[in-house]
Amino acid sequence: MIKAVTIGMNSCGIAAGAKETYESVEKELEKRNLGIPLKIVGCVGMCYKEPIVSIITEDEIITYGNIMPDAVPKIVEGHIINGKPVEEWIVKRDWYEDGVRKTWDTDGYFDKQKKIVLENSGYIDPEDIDEYIAAGGYKAIEKALGMKPEEIIDIVTKSGLRGRGGAGFPTGLKWKFVRKAKGEVKYIICNADEGDPGAFMDRNVLEGDPHRVIEGMMIGAYATGANNGLIYIRAEYPLAIERLKKALAQARNKGFLGSSILGGNFSFDVKIKEGAGAFVCGEETALMQSIEGKRGMPRPRPPYPAQKGLWGKPTNINNVETWANIPWIIKHGWEEYARIGTEKSKGTKVFALAGKINRGGNVEVPMGLTLKETLYDIGGGTKTGKKIKAVQLGGPSGGCIPERLFETTVDYESITKTGAIMGSGGMVVMDEETCMVDIAKFFLDFTVKESCGKCTFCRLGTKRMWEILDKISKGKGTLDDIETLERLAPQVMDGSLCALGQTAPKPVLTTLKYFREEYLAHMEEKKCPAKVCKELIKYVINPDKCTGCTACAKSCPVNAISGEKQKAHKIDQERCIKCRTCYEVCKFGAVEIRDGYGGD
Amino acid sequence: MIKMKDLAYVRTYEKSQGSLIPLLQETQKNFGYLPKKVLQEISDYLEVPLSRIYGVATFYSQFRFEPIGKYLIKICHGTACHVSGGINISQAIREEFGVQEGKTTEDGSVTLERVACLGCCSLAPVIMINDKVYGKLTPDKVRKLAKKLKKGELHD
Repeated sequence: MIKAVTIGMNSCGIAAGAKETYESVEKELEKRNLGIPLKIVGCVGMCYKEPIVSIITEDEIITYGNIMPDAVPKIVEGHIINGKPVEEWIVKRDWYEDGVRKTWDTDGYFDKQKKIVLENSGYIDPEDIDEYIAAGGYKAIEKALGMKPEEIIDIVTKSGLRGRGGAGFPTGLKWKFVRKAKGEVKYIICNADEGDPGAFMDRNVLEGDPHRVIEGMMIGAYATGANNGLIYIRAEYPLAIERLKKALAQARNKGFLGSSILGGNFSFDVKIKEGAGAFVCGEETALMQSIEGKRGMPRPRPPYPAQKGLWGKPTNINNVETWANIPWIIKHGWEEYARIGTEKSKGTKVFALAGKINRGGNVEVPMGLTLKETLYDIGGGTKTGKKIKAVQLGGPSGGCIPERLFETTVDYESITKTGAIMGSGGMVVMDEETCMVDIAKFFLDFTVKESCGKCTFCRLGTKRMWEILDKISKGKGTLDDIETLERLAPQVMDGSLCALGQTAPKPVLTTLKYFREEYLAHMEEKKCPAKVCKELIKYVINPDKCTGCTACAKSCPVNAISGEKQKAHKIDQERCIKCRTCYEVCKFGAVEIRDGYGGD
Repeated sequence: MIKMKDLAYVRTYEKSQGSLIPLLQETQKNFGYLPKKVLQEISDYLEVPLSRIYGVATFYSQFRFEPIGKYLIKICHGTACHVSGGINISQAIREEFGVQEGKTTEDGSVTLERVACLGCCSLAPVIMINDKVYGKLTPDKVRKLAKKLKKGELHD
C-alpha cells in the first residue's frame, strides 16, 4: 500500500523545477481521486538528480530522479495504479532492517556516507513538527532536561565535537566557558550566516530539518544557563527563514519553547535575526555588532563572547551544523559519536560538492575519509570527463589542494597541513579548464569587496595583491611580482584582527605552492594553460572542421564572424570580445581557443 | 510621494539601535529601496543620527538607495558559477541591457545585481530574475532569455 508521495522542495530542488513537478503530481493524484497524501520533504543531498519524487510504502521508499512534469503520468500510472515501479528512472531505494534505514542508489552515492546531521533531510516534512517528533525528535531535550548541565557539557566535550563553522574549536569547551561566566542573562546564537560562495550545507539543514537545529540550541541553552536564543541567518535564504519561522511557531505551540519547558523550570525561546549581506558577519564579534544594529566590524578578543558577548552579556555562538549534531550526541551517547572519525576529528562533516563535479550536492562523510573517496567514489569525478586538477576547500579563507594530494584524509589537522582549511564545507572541484591564477584572483576579488576596512593590511593589502594577480592574468607579470605576493601575504595575515584577513591570502599561497608553473606560464610565455584569461587567448575557427552552418555568425553579438553559407567562417579578431558564445553554439567543435597574447 | 501614514510601521518597533537593521529591511521591502525621507523618520524615532544610519546602511550589500526596475536580475558570482563560466554570463547580460551590475536601465525596467552566491551551485552558472532561478546557462541561452524579457515574453 502506498502511504505517501514526497517531493524534495528545498531551494535547490525548486530551482531545478520541483514546484512544477509537485503541481503535476498533485493534478495526477487528484484526477484519479486516489486519496494518497502528497508531501514536501527537504533535500536528500542528490542535487544532481533533482527534481526528486519518492513513493513511500509500508516497507520501502522508492525514489525517482530528474522527474520533470512530463514524466509524472508514467510514474503515477505505472507505480501507483499498476503497482509496477518504473525501473529506468529509479535512483534510490530505502528499506528498514530492525528499525534501521538502509539505502541503495544507482551511483553508490550514499555507500560511503554516514548520516547524522542529514539523517532526516529528504525523509521528513520540514514544515511539520509531528514528523520530526515521529522520527525521534525532541527526545534528546527530554533526556537532557533530566541531566545536570555539567553532565551535558561533559558529554559534548567527550564526544570530541568541534565547531563546524570552520575553525574547529572544541564545542564542549566553549560551552564550559559560558556556563562558568557570571550573569543572569546569557545568550545562545546560531550562526547561519553561510557566506562562503559555493557552500550550501547550512541552508539545506535549515530548510530540510529546522527542528533539529532548534533542539540543539535548546540543549545548549540548558547546559550553559542561557534563556535567550537567536538565529542569525542571511537574508539571501528566504525559504530557510520561512521554514524556521514555522518551526519556531510549532515548537512554541507544543510547549518545547517558552516558559517551563516540558513542565520543568527551564525557559527558553528563539528569535530570528536576518543578516543584511556582509560576509564578515560570519565572524562572531562582527555578527554580534550586526545584531546590535551597528556596522558589522570585528573587535579584538579578549574579551571573548563567553565573557562579554551580545549586549555585553555572556554569549555562546555555534554554527548550524554544530547545533544539528547535538541532539544525536545526547540521544546516542558520546561513545557512539566518538567512535566515528579520526583521533582528533570526531563525527561527520557535511560538504557541498560543486563546480566541475559529476554528482553535485550535499554529502555527509565520516571524518577520516580521503578526498579521493569523497570526490571520485561519491562525487563521480568530473562531469566534463576531464581530469580533476584541484579541489578548493574553505572558500575565500581556504585553499586549493592538488590532485596529487587526494589521499589526504578529511579531518581538521590533515587539511590544515596542505595549506587549505576544513572550512564550513564548500568543496569546489576544478578541472583542466580552470585557471589557478584566475581562481586566486577571483577569491581575492571577493575578500577585497568583503573586507570591512578596519585593518589596514586587510583593506589595502588584499587590494594590492589583487592588482598584482590582475596584472599576471593579463600577461604583464614579472618574477618580482611573485616575490611581492609572497612577502605581502604573511603581512596581511599578521596584520589583521579577524579570520577574514588572517586567511585571505591562503588561496594565493596554495595556488603559488602547488601551481607555480601556471603563474610562470602567464609571465614568461604569456600563456594561460587553462585558456581562461581573456587577454591571453583568442577564438579561431578551424576551417577544416567548419561546415559553414552560420550558427556562430548568427549568434555573435558583435557581428565579428563572417563567411558564406557552407564555407569556412572567420572571426575578426579586432571586433571579437571573447564572449565564448560561438564556442558554445558550434556543434562541430570548429571554434578553437588558442594562445593569443595581444601584446602591450 | 511617500505619505506620513506609509511610515506608521517605523514606530511599531522597539526603540533601540537593535531595531535598526530590521527596520531598514522592512523599509526596503515596502519601497524597494531606502528613501531618504524614511531614513530621516527612523533617525528621529530611534534617536540615532542620520549619518550613523547611513553608515550602517551602506555597510551592508543588501541595501539600495535607488529604486529598482520591474525586473531584478541577480547574477551569481559564486565559486561554482565562476568555474563554470559565470563571467561570460555576466558579460552577455551586461551587453544585452547596456548597463553595469548594480545599475538600472534608463527606462527603469531592469536592474542588474551582482550576488556572491545564490546557493544553487549544482545548476551553475545561474541567474535569478525576480524570484525565478535560471540554471545551466550559456552566453547564448542567456542572450535569448534577455531578448525574451525585453519583448515582454518572459514568465509565460
